[in-house]
Amino acid sequence: MIRFILLQNRQGKTRLAKYYIPLEESEKHKVEYEVHRLVVNRDPKYTNFVEFRTHKVIYRRYAGLFFSMCVDITDNELAYLECIHLFVEILDHFFSNVCELDLVFNFHKVYLILDEFILAGEIQETSKRAIIERMGELEKQE
Amino acid sequence: MNPFSSGTRLRDMIRAIRACKTAAEERAVVRKECAAIRSAISENDQDYRHRNIAKLMFIHMLGYPTHFGQMECLKLIAASGFPEKRIGYLGLMLLLDERQEVLMLVTNSLKQDLNHSNQYIVGLALCALGNICSAEMARDLAPEVERLLLTRDPNIKKKAALCSIRIIRKVPDLAENFLSPAASLLKEKHHGVLIAGVQLCTDLCKVSVDASNYLRKNCTEGLVRILRDISNSPYAPEYDIAGITDPFLHIRLLRLMRMLGQGDSDTSEYINDILAQVASKTESNKNAGNAILYECVETIMGIEATSGLRVLAINILGRFLSNRDNNIRYVALNMLMKAVAVDSQAVQRHRTTILECVKDSDASIRKRALELVFLLVNDTNAKPLTKELIDYLEVSDQDFKGDLTAKICLIVEKFSQEKKWYIDQMFKVLSLGGNFVKDDAWHALIVAISNAPDLQGYSVRSLYKAFQTSSEQVSLVRVTVWCIGEYGEMLVNNVGVLEVEEPMTVTESDAVDVLEACLTRYSSDIATRSMSLIALLKLSSRFPPTSERIKEIITVHKGSVALELQQRAIEFNSIIQRHQNIKSSLVERMPVLDESAYIGKRTSSSQANIVADKSSQPSSTATTLKFPNGVAKPPAAPLVDLLDLSADDTSVPSSTSNDFLHDLLGIGLTNSPSSGIAPSGGTDILMDLLSIGTPVQNDTASKVVSSNQGFAPTTKPVPTTIQVMDLLDGLPSNGSLPGSQTPVYPSITAFESSTLKIMFSFTKQPEKPHVNKIHATFVNLSSDAYTDFVFQAAVPKFVQLHLDPASSNQLPASGNGTITQTLTVTNSQHGQKALAMRVRMVYKVNNQEKSEQGQIDNFPPGL
Repeated sequence: MIRFILLQNRQGKTRLAKYYIPLEESEKHKVEYEVHRLVVNRDPKYTNFVEFRTHKVIYRRYAGLFFSMCVDITDNELAYLECIHLFVEILDHFFSNVCELDLVFNFHKVYLILDEFILAGEIQETSKRAIIERMGELEKQE
Repeated sequence: MNPFSSGTRLRDMIRAIRACKTAAEERAVVRKECAAIRSAISENDQDYRHRNIAKLMFIHMLGYPTHFGQMECLKLIAASGFPEKRIGYLGLMLLLDERQEVLMLVTNSLKQDLNHSNQYIVGLALCALGNICSAEMARDLAPEVERLLLTRDPNIKKKAALCSIRIIRKVPDLAENFLSPAASLLKEKHHGVLIAGVQLCTDLCKVSVDASNYLRKNCTEGLVRILRDISNSPYAPEYDIAGITDPFLHIRLLRLMRMLGQGDSDTSEYINDILAQVASKTESNKNAGNAILYECVETIMGIEATSGLRVLAINILGRFLSNRDNNIRYVALNMLMKAVAVDSQAVQRHRTTILECVKDSDASIRKRALELVFLLVNDTNAKPLTKELIDYLEVSDQDFKGDLTAKICLIVEKFSQEKKWYIDQMFKVLSLGGNFVKDDAWHALIVAISNAPDLQGYSVRSLYKAFQTSSEQVSLVRVTVWCIGEYGEMLVNNVGVLEVEEPMTVTESDAVDVLEACLTRYSSDIATRSMSLIALLKLSSRFPPTSERIKEIITVHKGSVALELQQRAIEFNSIIQRHQNIKSSLVERMPVLDESAYIGKRTSSSQANIVADKSSQPSSTATTLKFPNGVAKPPAAPLVDLLDLSADDTSVPSSTSNDFLHDLLGIGLTNSPSSGIAPSGGTDILMDLLSIGTPVQNDTASKVVSSNQGFAPTTKPVPTTIQVMDLLDGLPSNGSLPGSQTPVYPSITAFESSTLKIMFSFTKQPEKPHVNKIHATFVNLSSDAYTDFVFQAAVPKFVQLHLDPASSNQLPASGNGTITQTLTVTNSQHGQKALAMRVRMVYKVNNQEKSEQGQIDNFPPGL
């Protein structure tokens, strides 16, 4: 199961943080700091997996943004790598050519997309089209 | 009205924050915003409520406290419109979590929304429930979720399925209610519902055996069909990833099949074909395909697969291992570790490739590969593998050397068939990575050398040589110093030269040079220097010509700023000056250290350290504690051994310190019966050497003692006694030591049956009365050894329990050894309620699982 998902820029500013397990606020900040430190200096040739405490972090870098998912040690790393990519594709499609600023100003929409993609730490929907359509319907509700 | 689209203040606030050049400016902006939001809250402003919460979420993401907005989220959720509810739920998930009591207030709103006629609102509620539901909420709302699993809308259905996962993770008892709806989800066509349903079934299998039996019987066929359909399906644009239809669903299905096929040969046989098809047909040129293959291999390894299928799986891993992509190699190593248990021969074939991975530049790969290599070592390949690893140690990264040396030490200890090989390998490790070698590894080496009389000369000469080139490696230096102190004359006289050795000449003063260098070098720490002083004292008796020089070196350190060194120097100086007649017997070579006793001690030593640290805290005598001033032998653990050995076999009497003195003295006297020293004089010197807080009754203090008192560590008698006793007998009597402030609790027999006995002893820090440390000791009363011993404990709600790892999971028969384990118990109602505990012990006797349980109510009062 996914423990948490982080979206951070190179400076370590958190652009999205979704926790599927209960953590203290101070602990969350510590986690965000540590994960950023772990991933930011890794050579791009290295694996996209780093062990983090008793779990592992699967991360992927897109331009200046790091998408990190902390998953159980027994989970399929390659699948979550693919999962990150699918999420980015959905964002890209939704914002048409997504950039960091889109995510900053529309952070609440990013959360909404994520909630349609992943729920309770598990993948909810694998079709890009279904999620984009669902987002359209939700926006109509506003 | 929409707070986001109309270019209003959320955007402005984000802009303002982004425009800040310094952290201070940002804080000012945030403070201003927070103040405005607070006042809006206190005025109960409804129009801007959702905008305010949206702002708070952004502020929260920047890391500022936002707890004051929590109640506002609840108000938004209770509002009627979708936009308000949407922000309310979002805020709920971000600003709160399941442990906050506020959350209980939302249960009712959630219940209403789960029953709402607007499917989007139901979706919001399900989403919130799935992400932050607590055990209480799970119980309250499970019926609603169950009902929603049966609705027709796939969007609701998949959310409800994932929500159910959260519910049964929180409350496993509810699993059976979800079983039949979960099974019917597997008949769906919609991928979202399917993937959620499959995941729900997997989680049901995890919590309930009944569920896995049910699903095995009713769903295996359906699962195979789904997997066959999607893996044969032609191009499906909606779910296509790199030419594969929905790899995520593939993976979930394979995982559920693994759960069902585990230990069940019928199911395994049934899914055999489809696994073979997936394993052989899936394209492996893209990540998505590899992810499926990886999962498929894991399933093949996990079930009762045919040997042909296993070969197929190992071959896939072999292909992965030679892949250029690091990610693929990483997962291959990961999986091979599991494969070792299944088919070790097949994994051995890839040994060379794996060994290359140990040298990879990526730390993740290195770590995995090293663990795998460790699993692959056996008697036949231990030598070449060790050589490879040691060669790599020379060039490896600094941060990897710790892991690497630890593993090499374990390998050479475990697989050494001849002592010389072990000693040689350890010397190499010490010379290359001596700064990373753990204490117990080099202690074990010293014990081994002490037990190999024919290799002592060889060892000390090799160490002398190694020291010339690698004198910066701490543990190499320590072992060298110890060996020169003990076997210095073998170095100089070339005793016991082996054929392989090159002849060398070392003079007595060369040996002293080494020790002096260790003593005076800046990089040496106090422990090394202390050891050097002892070694020098020993040499002064073995090499009479150098004794003048040694005396000078020691004299210099009489003024050392390090208390430990100063004390030793003064003591040794007086031995040299005043007690020449007993010196030679004092500095006799160490008796052979008992290897088996040392290994036994090693397992329990971690425990002893904890106890020693604890008792030393109030008295702040950590320095003396770390370096027991034994003339006998520097490293702490062997010293304990020595004392235990010389003590009688009966349990150590209460006046331990005196007994210990007699013992040491006994050794001294029997060795030199003619030296004619009055026992009392000897006692004083020894006591002094050992810096035991002199018991008051012993008034016959000699000049040595009195001259020393000025410099002696200013410890109070009581703590010193504790510390000495710790050193002497490590474990047993600690619980009942007469500490000055610490209340004392009697040890209890917590559990006793015909086969097993558990004793508890207690310690507590006076400043934390509600925290108890319990040292549990397990004794096997039966005549069969227990393996895989696990101790479990449950406590009432007002008590918190933390279990440290046990000293071992093997419990020898008939009380021939014990397992110890430390429990930290925090009684939040200290003084009001007494402790109680339920315990369960699970172990294997002759590979038969057994368990025992019991309740402990006889805790001493006041815990």
